Amino acid sequence: MEALISLAVKAIFVENLALSFFLGMCTFIAVSKKITTAIGLGISVMVVQSITVPANNLILTYLLKPGALSWAGFSDVDLTFLGLISYIGVIAALVQILEMVLDKYFPPLYNALGIFLPLITVNCAILGGSLFMVERDYNFSEALTYGVSSGFGWALAITAMAGVREKLKYSDIPEGLQGLGITFITAGLMAMAFMCFSGVKL
Amino acid sequence: MSQTRKKLLVDPLIDNNPIALQVLGICSALAVTSSLKVAFVMALAVIAVTGFSSFFISMLRHYIPTSIRIIVQMTIIASLVIVVDQLLKAYAYEISKTLSVFVGLIITNCIVMGRAEAFAMKNTPIDSFVDGIGNGLGYGLLLMCVGVVRELFGAGSLFGIVILNPVSDGGWYVPNGLLLLPPSAFFIIGFLIWGLRVWKKSQVEEPEFKIQTVEDH
Repeated sequence: MEALISLAVKAIFVENLALSFFLGMCTFIAVSKKITTAIGLGISVMVVQSITVPANNLILTYLLKPGALSWAGFSDVDLTFLGLISYIGVIAALVQILEMVLDKYFPPLYNALGIFLPLITVNCAILGGSLFMVERDYNFSEALTYGVSSGFGWALAITAMAGVREKLKYSDIPEGLQGLGITFITAGLMAMAFMCFSGVKL
Repeated sequence: MSQTRKKLLVDPLIDNNPIALQVLGICSALAVTSSLKVAFVMALAVIAVTGFSSFFISMLRHYIPTSIRIIVQMTIIASLVIVVDQLLKAYAYEISKTLSVFVGLIITNCIVMGRAEAFAMKNTPIDSFVDGIGNGLGYGLLLMCVGVVRELFGAGSLFGIVILNPVSDGGWYVPNGLLLLPPSAFFIIGFLIWGLRVWKKSQVEEPEFKIQTVEDH
């Protein structure tokens, strides 16, 4: 249990997907103009991340790993090279299913998150989370913790960024730095602030 | 090469750079640039994937039903990335270890999807191929610029060859450790965009909120 909490803290602060691995930057920059939309997107990323990382973990353990197919009688088959295409397939399919389920059973939530859900398929943070899970050899419970907490870390980062940018709108910025330029520099300063967490262990 | 194709190839380098103007594919641009060699390999991989994915998607464009086009594009791109990934693992194992997840992340690199969606679905295979290569080159160019700054001032070397002799080896240069850390990539890209927009005025964004001067009242 302690190990899982430590993993969660590490995934939220120390190894924040957005600010120390630069994942999901395109949406991070594009959708961080208003706090409300940023929170909406953050929550959708968190939900999708908490489902896809464990799901991909199951795919890896029971279908792709060397010897994983022994339950079907193929004990010496190694399908790890199909990893990338299966993960992105799982992500695309899950996002689609999630969209349909929300539409059917939770219409208000669907209306709030609806526009962001298709965007999430191509969000590198989601695929990145799954790939980190594979690379670091997480087991199922670790994958679940990692999925939830890394999604939360990303949501935290984009909400903070939106807060800064709402204020930034009123500042007098040099012409060429307007918009994209200053956003990058702000993100850099935020990343520096998040570096203070490195070395924190529970 | 006809005039339009040349324009397709050269335009994304500076005038319409995918990273600096279209804000596409920044994730990997920031993460892999701490050493020039890795940035170079990454740029090559992206150029290959963008070029060929645009080519194949454009060849299939009349047969792809619009409702499932994203999935089809994803599958083509993912297959190409798997090829690149396997090639890197076979011939450049050390570099593929350093790149770790970022080769896989080319799949979700918005440049690839963006070009497939915006250009390859409407144009002929050869034009799309040239456009893909051009955008890959524009991405690679920015990646190399950032890589040069980060490796030269962060470690005193280029491509692993020592240029500024660091103090630790009895030289005179004190490496700036910040440049090897993640935040510096944001700053360098921010400043590069600033520089580019001072040079090319047309890329400057309109401010959302104008500060009024007192005389206006």
